[in-house]
Amino acid sequence: MAIDLTESVEGAAPAQGPVISARDVRVWYGTTRGAIRAVDGVTFDIAPGETLGLVGESGCGKSTLGRGLMGLLPEGAKRDGEVLFRGRDIFSLSKKAAYQLRGSELGMIFQEPLTRLNPLMRISQHFEETIKQHEPDLSKDEIRDRALEVLRLMGIPPTRYRSYPHEFSGGMRQRLMIALALVLRPAFVVADEPTTALDVLVEAQIVQILNDLRRNFQTSLLLITHNVGIVAEACDRVAVMYAGRIVEQGSIAEVFNNPQHPYTRALLQSTISLTTTGLNFIPGAPPDLVDPPDGCRFHPRCPDAMSVCAVKNPVDVERPGGGRVECWLAGPDEEIPSGGKQALDREELTVADEA
Amino acid sequence: MSRGGSGSLPTYIAQRVLLVIPMIWVILTVVFFVLRVAPGDPVSAALGGKLNAQALEQRREALGFNRPLLAQYWDYLSSVIHLDFGTTFSDNQPVLRVIRDNGGATLTLTVAAFVIALVVGIPLGLLAGRYRDSVPDAGIRLFGILTYAAPVFFVGFLMQYYVAEPLGLPTSGDASPITVFQVQPKTHILLIDAFLSGNTEAVQDVLKHLILPAVTLGLLICGVFIRLVRVNMLQTMQTDYVEAAEARGLKRRNVTWRHGFRNALVPVITVIGLQFALLLSGAVLTESTFNWPGLGQKLVFYINNRDYGAVQGIITFFAIAVVAISLLVDIVNALIDPRVRY
Amino acid sequence: MRRLLSALGKPFTQTTGLARWMLVAGVAITAVFVICAIFAPWLAPYGFAQSSAHGVEFPKTGPPSSTHPFGTDRLFFDVISRVIWGARTALEVVILSIFACVVLGVPLGIASGFYGGWFDRILVLVMDALYVFPSFLLAIVVSFLLVDVYGGSVIAVSLSLTVVYIPQYYRVVRNTTLSAKEATYIEAARAMGARDFRIMRKYLFGNVIQSVPVLGTLNAADAILTLAGLGFLGLGIQSTEAAEWGHDLNRALPDAGSGVWWTGLYPGLAIVFLVIGLTLVGEGLNETLNPTLRRRRLLPVVMPPRERATPAEEQS
Repeated sequence: MAIDLTESVEGAAPAQGPVISARDVRVWYGTTRGAIRAVDGVTFDIAPGETLGLVGESGCGKSTLGRGLMGLLPEGAKRDGEVLFRGRDIFSLSKKAAYQLRGSELGMIFQEPLTRLNPLMRISQHFEETIKQHEPDLSKDEIRDRALEVLRLMGIPPTRYRSYPHEFSGGMRQRLMIALALVLRPAFVVADEPTTALDVLVEAQIVQILNDLRRNFQTSLLLITHNVGIVAEACDRVAVMYAGRIVEQGSIAEVFNNPQHPYTRALLQSTISLTTTGLNFIPGAPPDLVDPPDGCRFHPRCPDAMSVCAVKNPVDVERPGGGRVECWLAGPDEEIPSGGKQALDREELTVADEA
Repeated sequence: MSRGGSGSLPTYIAQRVLLVIPMIWVILTVVFFVLRVAPGDPVSAALGGKLNAQALEQRREALGFNRPLLAQYWDYLSSVIHLDFGTTFSDNQPVLRVIRDNGGATLTLTVAAFVIALVVGIPLGLLAGRYRDSVPDAGIRLFGILTYAAPVFFVGFLMQYYVAEPLGLPTSGDASPITVFQVQPKTHILLIDAFLSGNTEAVQDVLKHLILPAVTLGLLICGVFIRLVRVNMLQTMQTDYVEAAEARGLKRRNVTWRHGFRNALVPVITVIGLQFALLLSGAVLTESTFNWPGLGQKLVFYINNRDYGAVQGIITFFAIAVVAISLLVDIVNALIDPRVRY
Repeated sequence: MRRLLSALGKPFTQTTGLARWMLVAGVAITAVFVICAIFAPWLAPYGFAQSSAHGVEFPKTGPPSSTHPFGTDRLFFDVISRVIWGARTALEVVILSIFACVVLGVPLGIASGFYGGWFDRILVLVMDALYVFPSFLLAIVVSFLLVDVYGGSVIAVSLSLTVVYIPQYYRVVRNTTLSAKEATYIEAARAMGARDFRIMRKYLFGNVIQSVPVLGTLNAADAILTLAGLGFLGLGIQSTEAAEWGHDLNRALPDAGSGVWWTGLYPGLAIVFLVIGLTLVGEGLNETLNPTLRRRRLLPVVMPPRERATPAEEQS
């Protein structure tokens, strides 16, 4: 259940205010061609113990957003905006101060578990290293107990504690990664497509673990995935991302039962389930992020596009059932110029931007 | 795939030893046939001026050169298995004795050079890889290129001209005649024998003679190590597990050392072992430059005398030594990298 | 034509920092030696085996002077002339051997990778054995064998080098062929009935040839050293046949003890610079062609000022 956040007070007792408060976050990559606007103005909140699902197509910027929050960006990338973590703006911290937060306050779960562990180090050494870094006063036994406890919650027996990474399967390695990320009880964890590289059965196990996270660890989770099904199972709220912007966000029930944005609708329609009889897809391809289209970025592929959509960027408004949405179809009507509500000239649609 | 511990080391060693045997066989075959390809007759080439036609024919018969090629091949293989490397033509002694008498000097030189190269090359390579494109990186890479580009005999020449005199270091031989006379050859490795004899002056003398040649050869190999280690360091710092370690907020220095350096060195160990071939080649040249009484110098001597038998024997020995070293390196690699044992 | 030029220029334009510097410097240095090699008769003041001029004998191991900028050696030869002529010898031998390596190694590698079977297996075994063997020792052995037939000539030495380096070309080409031959366009070509030779020539060759320039350049650097090594041991080219730096160093070695530095320093420096030049070109090319090691010049990111979204006061 989502928590009512009418009072987002800065610096208040962390237990009450949102753990993460992101405002106008931008993450642009430097390339030889020009800047790629991977994340271009994203605003959201995450409450303590809440799981926010971030969905979208490949290339929509969700991974970038996750990495941008953690500060794991490649050379030449720049980030902008404001992200309050427990009241402090982590984007304005010095690199060194921001680095200190990793592990104990901010955690990350990566996509490919097979290559994320040092092949020459035992699992025990991985844990010892991490725990010792942040809590140097613990004795070796205490460290071992901590590690074994979190491993038990992941379903990994203590007999495997001294094994090497290559002796584990992919699913188990992902559980190890999750355990490593959580062993220091960070308040916020980013999970970047944690199950994409795993088969379906293992995926279900991992999703279950992530589900239990809230109960066992009180961690807030940003779950990044392109799999809408997982979001429905494991998340409290969802944010739908397209071409660097969040087009719709709200509680699971609201967004999935009553999608306001055409893209959300199309995304839900193209999801395959046991009752699917025909395949739906969204025609066209995501736009080139170096030079995004004018106006709403989805307009070239939107079935309900209006003429204003090609000209002006939609304004972020509140959804009827709660949450936010960015779409001219949801208004506000005052901002739409006269004639703007006419259906978009179909000719323009064929000149779709191909990434 | 879940097993309690790592794979068994003895099994791996046994497997590797078995694999080495066909490799040695192939090399021996290649050595044999390459040497047989020589146009002309090896015996007359070596002894043509010294013996008359009849004596030459006797020699040829005695050495088995009139037998069919495959029979000679078989003789060759079976003698090598018994560690019989043949006989020299020019001075008629078993090649094994030549190896025994001169091998120690070459061994001393190569080991000393190898150690110097490791001690200098690895830290420099790691530094260059960690601080990529910085001034130290550029400087170290330049140094690496220089040591590669300067032939070992040129460096030797420079050493002899610029360094030997000011430091009073000898430039010829591995010991003064007095030392050679005084030290009993027990292991046939002069340095060790000098230690065993307890004669400190002798030990000092041997060491003094060793410095210049070892540093010269060591510098040559050092450049190779720098390059190898640097590239591996670069690749290691880009791996996923290094990124994951940084995501856990581990101290930069620890990440560099425990996840970067150590992992970068592992693939390097194998390649370093393969540098033994380069080391051997360099040793031949270094021995000629410093009049070092090793197997390499002997090889050149026998080549200039067209002594086919000696050349075949020594080359065979070198080939086997190279393979043996690479086997050793594989085993060491298995000790260090647990993944290899499967 | 334009595409060729832009492809040639790509290493220069798309790289930054060290890689580009290396390439430029390498090409410049190598060019100097190439010029020396081509224009030796005009650049060198004397012939490489010339010990007198206008009836006056050159001094024996004379120090550098106005008439002999690099001095003379114990055989009365002028050092600077031998250094310049040495460039010609070095480049002749190396180009010849690399040419032979490519002409022999590339087709062998393609055929081996393409056909597989016993032919491939035997060839791999032989090439591996040659490859594992210390290259310089192999060169010594081959020169030893050829000396009776060809003497210390350019051909003999080039042949020795070819034998030593062919396994590298063979390996690289074979590996590229193996991976390229699984490509679907090869399958399609076969389905259309293309003959083997045509497939190899048209599709595989282009693919495979890309790895050759880097290999060739780095190989050339190594070949110069091997050539000099052979010359130093007296197994290479004799002094009177052509000028060779390694051989000159051999003669210069005893001079070190008697305070004569010019006979050894200049030939040695020549070797060092040519090898450095070639290595820089090879490494520079490698860094530009190898995407993981390449550092592209990224355009800096400039963000316009932040546009604040409507303050998110109510969320649920």
